[in-house]
Amino acid sequence: MSSILVADRITKQFGAQFALKDVSLEIPANSIYGLLGPNGAGKTTLIRIINQITYPDSGQIRFAGEPLQPHHIAMIGYLPEERGLYKSMKVGEQALYLAQLKGLSKAEAKKRLLYWFDRLQIGDWWNKKIQELSKGMAQKIQFIVTVLHQPKLLIFDEPFSGFDPINANIIKEEILHLKEQGTSIIFSTHRMESVEEICEYITLLHNAEKILDGKLSDIKKQYKNNIYNVGMAIQQGEEFLKELSERFQIISPSFDPVASELEFQIQLPSGDTRSLLNQLSSKGTIYNFVETIPTANDIFIKTVQSKSVNE
Amino acid sequence: MNKLGLIIKREYLAKVRNKSFVIMTFLSPILMVGMVVLIAYLTKINDSETRVIGILNESPFYSDDFASTEALSFVVLRDLNLSEARDSVINQNFYGLLYLPEGTTAEEVARQAYFYSKEAPNSGITDRLDAIFRDRLRQQKLIELGVTAEEFASIDSGFQLKTETFEGQQNLKGINELKAFIGGGFGYLIMMFIIIYGGFVMRSVIEEKTSRIIEVIISSVKPFQLMMGKIIGTSLAGLTQFAIWIFSATLLLFTVMSFLGLETSAFQSASVLPGGTVSELSSMGSDVSEMQLYANELFQIPWAMLIFFFMIYFVLGYLIYSSIYAAIGAAVDNETDTQQFIFPIILPLMLAIYVGFFSVFGNPHGPIAVGFSLFPLTSPIVMLMRLPGGLGEGGVPIWQLVLSIFFLLITFIGIVWLAAKIYRVGILMYGKKPSYKELFKWLKY
Repeated sequence: MSSILVADRITKQFGAQFALKDVSLEIPANSIYGLLGPNGAGKTTLIRIINQITYPDSGQIRFAGEPLQPHHIAMIGYLPEERGLYKSMKVGEQALYLAQLKGLSKAEAKKRLLYWFDRLQIGDWWNKKIQELSKGMAQKIQFIVTVLHQPKLLIFDEPFSGFDPINANIIKEEILHLKEQGTSIIFSTHRMESVEEICEYITLLHNAEKILDGKLSDIKKQYKNNIYNVGMAIQQGEEFLKELSERFQIISPSFDPVASELEFQIQLPSGDTRSLLNQLSSKGTIYNFVETIPTANDIFIKTVQSKSVNE
Repeated sequence: MNKLGLIIKREYLAKVRNKSFVIMTFLSPILMVGMVVLIAYLTKINDSETRVIGILNESPFYSDDFASTEALSFVVLRDLNLSEARDSVINQNFYGLLYLPEGTTAEEVARQAYFYSKEAPNSGITDRLDAIFRDRLRQQKLIELGVTAEEFASIDSGFQLKTETFEGQQNLKGINELKAFIGGGFGYLIMMFIIIYGGFVMRSVIEEKTSRIIEVIISSVKPFQLMMGKIIGTSLAGLTQFAIWIFSATLLLFTVMSFLGLETSAFQSASVLPGGTVSELSSMGSDVSEMQLYANELFQIPWAMLIFFFMIYFVLGYLIYSSIYAAIGAAVDNETDTQQFIFPIILPLMLAIYVGFFSVFGNPHGPIAVGFSLFPLTSPIVMLMRLPGGLGEGGVPIWQLVLSIFFLLITFIGIVWLAAKIYRVGILMYGKKPSYKELFKWLKY
């Protein structure tokens, strides 16, 4: 598996404060990579280092195997968290300008812009100024400007803030489409639930340090706790609960005698569910049996807590 | 096209296409001319009223001395006593009443003379009356000493000392002041340009910060490129504006020259003559032949040298100051926070102008003038005030010029480097109102 980007022991300090402390990570090519962590964890600093806006105090970044150099800028697309466009400049002109700054020729930029304007249905805004546009429309244009030069690596910092749900979905679809075409994508966000479903890999940053990284499915497996959500139809719910709690730990049970519905969470000693399922199905009809998979947020909280206990 | 070129082009077009820029470019010359005309017109109206003064002369003297002029006319009152005269002056709405009582000598009369008026008289009128008495008394005394009236008239003919340099070049009165004035004009131009266009650069940086486009752009170009592109693009827009103004001023100049019947061919060879000189000349004297002398003298000023060094000082001075402006724009979030930083920038500029006008005009090669023309933050203005006097012998010593440009270059490199550092950090800082201490910390990031 080749990596599009490797960060090797990156450290960055602002005055006495660490923004990044010995952070290493590896972003596999053609993947969607989540850079997660609360505000102030160092995500934006890391992204700015990748974009060569700031430089690390120590450590090295390798892009597609080479040490990061100015010409790599043309292969990276970046949608910053603090984003905007010139308010009094015409949409088309502005998009052309930004595309040319990324190294596209004017003719090529125009051709691609027209394609994207058509694709996202913003056809007749070419000669309008940004200040005349709705916020959602401006965000779409911002997105187009980010991806127009067909970068190998796309970096989105809080991509969905400022989008309404419909537009957010359009953009999400476009991002997935870009991934299918071979682009590698980094998502940075503190709202972990928002990108969890599309990230294959994640890194958790906390207080300038990496506390966890890897393939999301592996991490989840590692953090799963054999708790299952159970819902079943049963007449004598109370008695059955008593019977079960002698052998297992039962969490937040509830029984509705009118509908004869029993719901609870159960802690199993291992991932083996066969004996429990046999017992359950002998007593009633199971309509819900799901393993509770920890969210990235849960994992994050857990990791941070265990870290602070260890320290 | 390279990135710097793209940025310069965008900044230039953004500025030039701006409606207020277009309006200011074409409107401000009209406003300036209009203002001058208006002031002249209003002054004329204000002064056009003829004031009438009644004279009650009970003495045998002074009967021929009060001659009416356009602004002041005298009416002699006869066969009235003082209180009647006063009433009649008030009734006829005269400006005032001059009362000359009886007396045996002109001097005695003058001592007892009184001027009555409705309100405290304006100084122009009292000066005029004083002068009449003074002249009359002086004449009287000289006549007593044996000078005839004709001889007295010949005493007061005008005199002006003619001067010449050791090389035998004839000098004109006030030419040094005029030269310094021309240099001052250049210096003033630099100051205005720095303040106006430095401000534009600053606002443009703030605009990029508040519209949050800055991070999008600096993910494509280096902050330093963006800063320089902005400074250069904005100043090109400024130069465009100046070119339009100079062109229209030159046009106006030729029109005025042809009205005055001066040799315009001479002016064509020195194509870039600052617009101010003509009005200055025409106010100095209507004597055309003398004006021609002044014009000749003006052509002796080493214009090519002056313009060459003007360009050097202009470019370096402007780059120094505008990069400071750019750094200020980057450090703040909105224009209201800029005040505390702008004052220290404008201070040396103002100082340069005032020091220039007070000390360079008096002594272009005195210690203050030399000091300020070496100090890099004031040299662009002060040195240009000294340069019209020439370079080398009798003018600015070459070593001073070289040293001054050297200091300016060093400062230029240092300031741009510092400003670029502050700029680089500042553009990504939001919601902070920085102090000087904070800025100092940024230098170390």
